[in-house]
Amino acid sequence: MTATFEYVLGLADDALISSQRLAEWYAAAPEMEEDVALANIALDQLGAARLLLSYAGELEGAGRDEDALAYLRGDREFRNALLVELPNGDFAVTIAKLLFLSAYQLPLYAALSECGDERLAAIAGKARNETAYHVDHSSLWTIRLGDGTAESHRRMQAAVDELWPYTDELFAADERAPVDPATLRGPWLATVERVLAEATLTRPADAWGPTGGRDGVHTEHLSYLLAEMQVLHRAHPGATW
Amino acid sequence: MGHNCKIDGVEGVQVFRGVVLQVLAWGWCGCNTYLVYGNDFPGPDGGLLGEVEAAEAALRDAAERGLAGAAGRQGADEATLRDYFTAVIEADQKIEPRDWMPEAYRKTLIRQIAQHAHSEIIGMQPEGNWITRAPSLKRKAILLAKVQDEAGHGLYLYAAAETLGVSRDELVQMLLEGRQKYSSIFNYPTLTWADVGAIGWLVDGAAIVNQVPLCRCSYGPYARAMIRICKEESFHQRQGYEILHTLSHGTPAQKAMAQDAIDRWWYPSLAMFGPPDTASTHSEQSMAWKIKRFSNDELRQRFVDMCVQQAEILGLTLPDPDLRWNEQRQAYDYTQPDYDELMRVIKGDGPCNRQRIEHRRRAHREGAWVREAAAAYAAKDRVRQEAAA
Repeated sequence: MTATFEYVLGLADDALISSQRLAEWYAAAPEMEEDVALANIALDQLGAARLLLSYAGELEGAGRDEDALAYLRGDREFRNALLVELPNGDFAVTIAKLLFLSAYQLPLYAALSECGDERLAAIAGKARNETAYHVDHSSLWTIRLGDGTAESHRRMQAAVDELWPYTDELFAADERAPVDPATLRGPWLATVERVLAEATLTRPADAWGPTGGRDGVHTEHLSYLLAEMQVLHRAHPGATW
Repeated sequence: MGHNCKIDGVEGVQVFRGVVLQVLAWGWCGCNTYLVYGNDFPGPDGGLLGEVEAAEAALRDAAERGLAGAAGRQGADEATLRDYFTAVIEADQKIEPRDWMPEAYRKTLIRQIAQHAHSEIIGMQPEGNWITRAPSLKRKAILLAKVQDEAGHGLYLYAAAETLGVSRDELVQMLLEGRQKYSSIFNYPTLTWADVGAIGWLVDGAAIVNQVPLCRCSYGPYARAMIRICKEESFHQRQGYEILHTLSHGTPAQKAMAQDAIDRWWYPSLAMFGPPDTASTHSEQSMAWKIKRFSNDELRQRFVDMCVQQAEILGLTLPDPDLRWNEQRQAYDYTQPDYDELMRVIKGDGPCNRQRIEHRRRAHREGAWVREAAAAYAAKDRVRQEAAA
C-alpha cells in the first residue's frame, strides 16, 4: 500500500509551487495583517512540500533529497497541477486560487491521513490541520470581496471565472493515487458552492478543462517561476547553504 | 560620557547607568569565550538575551513596587501630575498610556516608535527580495518566517504607538508622504544571497544593540514591545550569522560572496546608530526621560567591539584597515562611517529610497479596493446582525 514516487511528487509540487506564488506577495499585501497571513500560509505549504519531497526522494531511491528535487528538475519534470502555477494576478485571483486549492487539499489530506501508507498518512494528518485554516482564510476573503463593493464583487467574480477551468485537473483520474481524485470533487464542490453563494457570486459552468500538469506538460508560466526559484542553487553546483 | 564607554566617577543618578553598563559589558566580554565555534555555539548575541530577560524581570518588579495611588491619572492638578511623572521616571518605573505625560515626551515617543514600526515594514523589502530565490528550501522557510516576524513586529509597534493617541492609518500616511522616516539601512540593495546573511548578522545585530536598552525604556508599552521583539531579533541575528558561517566555510565563490556582502553592509550598519553624539539632536532630552539610555556613539562602540570577535570566528574581514584594539580604552578604534552619506540617505538620496517607498505606496494603492471591500462587508454584516437581533 506504499504510495508511488510520482504520486507523492505531485502532492509535493502542488504545495511547493503554491508556496512560491504566495511568497511573491511579501511586503505587497493590501493590509499588513494580510502580509502576515499570506506568509504564514506560504510557510505551511512549504513545510508540507519539504516533508513530501523528502519522502518522494526516499521512494525513488536515487539519492535525491528535497533540494535536489526542488532545484534540479526542469519544468517538464514537475508534477503540480496547472492551477498553482498561474500568476498571482490581483488579490482576488490569489484568493480564488487559494480557495480552490485548499478546498481540494482539505478532503484530500483528510483521506490520505487514513491511507495505508503510514508515512504519507502522518504527513497528510499534519497538513490537514493547517489546510483547514487556509480554507477558512480564503473563504472569508472570498465572501468579503464578493459581498463587499461593486468593484470587489466584479474582481472576485472575474477571478473565479478565470480559474474555474483549472480545477478540473485536480479531480482527473490517476491510477497511482491511493485516494481516487474523483471522490474529492463532491466535498470540494460543497465547500466552494457554499462560499460562492454566501459571497453572492455565480458558480461558473463546467466547460473547458485544461490538464497536463501531472504529466509535466505545463503552462508557459512554470518555466519562468522555476528560473527564478532555481537560479542561485544552479549557479553553485554542489554547494551547501 | 563621550566616546569612551568606560565608566569612571559615576555618581548619583548615573550610578544606575553604571550598573546597566556593567551588565552590558559582561554580555560583550562573554564573547571572548565564544572564540571556539563548537557544538555548543551560543549564538553571536553574547549576553544580550540575558539582558532582555533582566529587563523583563525589572519590569515585573517595578510593576509590583507601584507608586502609591493613581496620582498620575485624571483629576489632579498639573503640578501634581508632573511630579508624579518625574517620580515614576526617577524610580525606574513605567509611564502607562493613561498617565499624564509632557506633550513633548508623547511626541518624541510617537516619532520614535512610529519610525521603528515603519522600519520593520520597509525592512521586509530588502530581505524579501531573496525569498523566491533562496538557495535551499530550509533557508527559504527561515527567511519567510523572518519576513513574517517583521510584519508582526511592525503591527506590534504600531499598536504601541496607538496607545499614545495616534492612529496607525495616520502614521502610515505620514510614512507614505515622506513625513516620517524609517531606518536608513533599508535603502541599500540586497545584491546577493550573502546580503541576507549580512543583514541578519550586522543589521539585526545593530538593531539589537540599539533595542536592548529600550527594553528598559520609561514608556511601558514600548518597553514591553521591545522585550518581545528583541527575543525574536536575536534569533534572526543568529540565523544571519549561520548563513555567513556556512558561506565562509563553503566554496571559494561562496566565501567571496560573503566577504563582498560584509564589505558593503559594514558602514551602513555602523551608520544605523545615527549621527555622532556631537550632532545628535534628540539625545539629551530622550536620555533625561529614560527613553534613550545610551548615546549613539556608545552603542556604536559596543557594536564594533561585538562584531570584531564574531568576524574572526567567521573567518571574514571587516572592511576597516584602521580597526585595532586600544588597550587604554579597552575598546576597538575604528573608522567612522561617512555621515554625509548617512544624511544623504536619510534625506532620500540613497540607492533604493525611491524604490522602497514606491513599493510601499503601490501596495497601499493597489490594496485600496480590498480594504474598501472589507469595510463595506463589515458594515453590511453589522446591519444584518442588528436586524437579526
